[in-house]
Amino acid sequence: MTKKITEEQVAGVAHLARLELEPEELAVYTEKLGGILEYVDKLQELDTEGIEATFQVVPMSNVFREDESRPGLSVDEVLQNAPERSGDYFKMPPILESEDAG
Amino acid sequence: MEYETVIGLEVHAELSTESKLFCGCANRFGAPPNSLVCPVCLGLPGVLPVVNRKAVEYIVLVGLAVGGEIASYSKFDRKNYFYPDMPKNFQISQYDLPLCDGGTVRIELDGLKKDIRLKRVHLEEDTGKSVHGGTIDSSDFTLEDYNRAGVPLMEIVSEPDMRSPAEAHAYMEELHRLLRWLGVSDCKMEEGSLRCDANISVRSKGETALGVKTEIKNMNSFRSVEAALACEEKRQIEILENGGEVLQETRGWNEDRCITFLMRSKEEVQEYRYFPEPDLVPIRVEPEKIESIRAGLPELPFDRQARYMEQYNLEADTAKALVQSRYFSDFFDRCILTYKEARAVVNWLLGDVSKFLNENNIELEKTGVTPQSLVEMIRLIDDGKLSGKIAKEILPEMMKSGEPPAAIAQKMGLSQESDESRILEWVLEALRESPDAVAEYRRGKEKALGFIVGQVMKKSRGQANPGIVNKLIKQELDKS
Ligand SMILES: [Zn+2]
Repeated sequence: MTKKITEEQVAGVAHLARLELEPEELAVYTEKLGGILEYVDKLQELDTEGIEATFQVVPMSNVFREDESRPGLSVDEVLQNAPERSGDYFKMPPILESEDAG
Repeated sequence: MEYETVIGLEVHAELSTESKLFCGCANRFGAPPNSLVCPVCLGLPGVLPVVNRKAVEYIVLVGLAVGGEIASYSKFDRKNYFYPDMPKNFQISQYDLPLCDGGTVRIELDGLKKDIRLKRVHLEEDTGKSVHGGTIDSSDFTLEDYNRAGVPLMEIVSEPDMRSPAEAHAYMEELHRLLRWLGVSDCKMEEGSLRCDANISVRSKGETALGVKTEIKNMNSFRSVEAALACEEKRQIEILENGGEVLQETRGWNEDRCITFLMRSKEEVQEYRYFPEPDLVPIRVEPEKIESIRAGLPELPFDRQARYMEQYNLEADTAKALVQSRYFSDFFDRCILTYKEARAVVNWLLGDVSKFLNENNIELEKTGVTPQSLVEMIRLIDDGKLSGKIAKEILPEMMKSGEPPAAIAQKMGLSQESDESRILEWVLEALRESPDAVAEYRRGKEKALGFIVGQVMKKSRGQANPGIVNKLIKQELDKS
């Protein structure tokens, strides 16, 4: 049986989700995710012709709030979980690299 | 070889609602960092977003104005990415079921009209604002302010229908006018409430397939949109001329050096893994709702321009100048309600009023002049109480202080004297004092009259109504 997902793909997804996986874990998740995808394959055998796609399982629509503002949190409350703070800002490692290519 | 440039724009405009898109935090520019934030826009566990009704109505309004199709069924999706400007690590956006499909934006360039087709108009939340320590090229830390996170953002995506940087510029100007006209966004590029990313490619003329495109970011003004695209167009053509290949990449615009540069994110994989937002229920815009919003659509700029040409017999350029903004055009309409001589109002609005606006780099709504005060000023001229010359001096004061023209004229000692008995005194005095000029006039030298008029104006300190002065001098000279 062909594998549904490769270890490289799992490593890629893990990277996107900022997860660091040990080689053993990579093998385990590749196996498990493969199993899930096989199950999806099975679901796809069902004939869904003429059935509308489901985006929401709650049978509701048009829940709105009126456009009114109210005070939020104090800045100290906002920043209390920040790993690092600089003045009233969240401080974090640099996020953008750029290269001058003329 | 001859080349053709193909440009599509992705424009983001912050909606001018009072509150954010999914929470009740105030939507306001310029507040102290992280002062307009709550558990919802901070993405704390257990919170639930609820959609701002007005933001949805604004998108529908814009959709109707551009002739797009309003979706009867629309939903929100999560766009997942790791970038600290969104504390949730995803942005709530719309993926496959936007609120509005299609539509067109009409632009006018060098007198030629062209319709730019739109792909879609959708609603999403804005991200926080990142401040990079050091320079963007070598920053060693990033600061985040989440006041902007969750502000309602409209995304308008065009088809690649523009063929020159100038057309892209015209399109931006038109969107700017339209969104402000509809009152849905203040569209300040300098404050970031209107932003633009561009896709640009070149191909040899006559080719129908698209060339490889690059995406350009960081353009902060209409002029820089045009300049950045002109620069990128030239760069791509040079590559092709030298037998090279354009690479699909994202490039930034460096305003100071007038170059585009390769932007590289640490994240190489652009995979947003969109999925339906489970915390928000879908939106069904009912036909009745659409009709009630349609009923609130104002007369749009191009329609109004055509009406002005028809109704007031104005030239195309004049009518176009009047519809430069909703406020400017409404101002004209309100003047015409009480003063029927359209031409006089037009001359003042496009003349001295516009001159003041340009010189002070200000918008009409920010000045003190009102339709009432402008009409009052024109009537004072009609009634001979103000000369045109003095009105030109008074108008800037009206625009600065907002005071009515008569009061300013009085304060500046500029009101025109039209009282005939008062003027007659000056005339008689001047005639007595200028026997030579009187004699010359009698000998048939019409020019001598000008000297006497000058004397009268001097005596009145410029305030005598010149028409009456002329009339009275002649009357007195012809008497004897
Ligand atoms: Zn909030």
